[in-house]
Amino acid sequence: MSATVSPVPVAAHLRRRTAGSWLRGITIGVVTLVFALPLVWMFAAAFKTNVQVTDPSVGLWFSPTLENFRNIVEAGQILRSMGNSLLVGVVSTVLSAVIAVPAAWAVGRFGMHRTGSLILVARIVPAISLLVPWYYLFAQMGLVGSYTVLILSQMFVSVPLIMWIMISFFAGLPVELEEAARTDGLSAFGAFWRIALPLAAPGTATASLLAFVFSWNNFMFALIFADDRTQTVPVTLFNFISYASTDWGGLMAAATLITVPVVLAAVLGQKYLVAGLTSGATKG
Amino acid sequence: MSTTEVSPARPAAASGTGPAPARRPRTFAQANRRLKWAMLTPALLFVGLMIVFPLVYTIDLSLTDAFGAVNAGKGYVGLQNFTDALGDTRRFWPAAQRTLVFTLGAVILETVLGLALAMLMRKPFRGMRWVRTVLIIPLLTTPVAIGILWLLILDPTNGIANHLLAGIGLPRQEFLGSVSQSLPTLMLIDVWQWTPMMTLLLLAGLTTLPEEPEEAARVDGANAWQRFRHIVLPMLGPTLATALVLRAVDALKTFDILYATKGAGGGSDFEVETLNVYAYGLTFDYQEYGLAAAVLVLFTLFIIGVVVLLRRRGGRKTA
Repeated sequence: MSATVSPVPVAAHLRRRTAGSWLRGITIGVVTLVFALPLVWMFAAAFKTNVQVTDPSVGLWFSPTLENFRNIVEAGQILRSMGNSLLVGVVSTVLSAVIAVPAAWAVGRFGMHRTGSLILVARIVPAISLLVPWYYLFAQMGLVGSYTVLILSQMFVSVPLIMWIMISFFAGLPVELEEAARTDGLSAFGAFWRIALPLAAPGTATASLLAFVFSWNNFMFALIFADDRTQTVPVTLFNFISYASTDWGGLMAAATLITVPVVLAAVLGQKYLVAGLTSGATKG
Repeated sequence: MSTTEVSPARPAAASGTGPAPARRPRTFAQANRRLKWAMLTPALLFVGLMIVFPLVYTIDLSLTDAFGAVNAGKGYVGLQNFTDALGDTRRFWPAAQRTLVFTLGAVILETVLGLALAMLMRKPFRGMRWVRTVLIIPLLTTPVAIGILWLLILDPTNGIANHLLAGIGLPRQEFLGSVSQSLPTLMLIDVWQWTPMMTLLLLAGLTTLPEEPEEAARVDGANAWQRFRHIVLPMLGPTLATALVLRAVDALKTFDILYATKGAGGGSDFEVETLNVYAYGLTFDYQEYGLAAAVLVLFTLFIIGVVVLLRRRGGRKTA
């Protein structure tokens, strides 16, 4: 087929494309740098002395020091907060997945889109309009400051998030496999448990990782519901500003400690995380 | 031993459904209905307890004069809180206006930039993986950390931003240090954080588009802009509409970065106090639970209104 096209226009077409792709490559490179540089600046500042941090002429070439990290770790709170964030994140994510994955399957397989749209409502409602009644309620029950409340409030974000991702994931799985399994004598639940769930494992992992990251990052719930003992990382970082606002090196070291797990997750699971974040949105 | 126990059980189970093929669809349907609800009930209960109940409670609270300690009594005052909020030109209306300005400005910029970047990245290229990794990092990073990072970068005297501006001969800016520049600055930070999300969403949408219409237009002599404007953009409509709604909803609810950089009340002159920050302050700084609940009801209606408007617009365009 391509033999019918004369060779001269093909060559011109190719040449134009190479020039165009150079320009495109450079543009993409520059834009990517613009998005990356602020975070590079943060990582660099974490390894600078306080004099260097506040001297903008010190760029990215300096002899790094671990002083900032030693200071914030010795101050005590940061490691405990990271432990708290890990605990709240893991427990709320696991509980949310247990609730949300079967529900997503039911919505996806039985086409219950009116029930499914409840999730959209959960996505729209401002978290703070739930926070007020929860606070009112939990304060009367004397639960404010407990891990229970932190985990429960986090599940408000995680359950709809995981359902949102998993509905479109299940919808993308071929229904024939489950039907075949049922013709072979498996119950409907068996088809879910033995066929759909294993196939959905990658999707569940993605959704859970995103739910964990959202929990790790959540500020407003923790600001209200955590006390000194149960404080999570965003609150610790926020408190740093108020009493150590001149310790830029320490602040950047703390911000870096908090960000490193997220960056690792992004580097290792880039493909899956992008798929998770964009699922649902592209299917309407 | 165990194998002899299992193997007869299987044919038995199979024959249990086997002998009555006519009844099978009905029992399956019944089983489905029961199973469906069994699978959904925990999630529905959770959503009900954690979302529907609080919303009803918020509406109830908005009709009372609840104030101060949470276990203090409260009396019903009718729509007093709503008239108070709607008559408040000092905090409520400016906050509503800022919410709208922030959302419109940030989301429009993010959509235009995100679409341009998605079009650039549409054809696969070497290093695509790394570019996508870089793009995903800002939107996974803790907003409080982002806020603090930008406080350092934009510091009026010691920040790198002013150093760079001076390098190209521009005057020093106050950024977050000034009342008039704070909101636009925070919009730009939002653009930095969320343009990548737009790009990723639109890129995912672009990859699902069929190539034939564009090829046909190319053969007919349409240039790149014409193909984009008349072929790609209309086909991308549904994705664009959904991405817009998602981003607008989140932009309307922005809290973390505003609070982390400017503190309670959105700064000394309330300069970045949006409805979200205002409602937060009313509740947890002033303990005006009744008034806060009324503001939240109005805020929620405001968001639902925006979503309905955007969806109807998007729907009409794509229909």
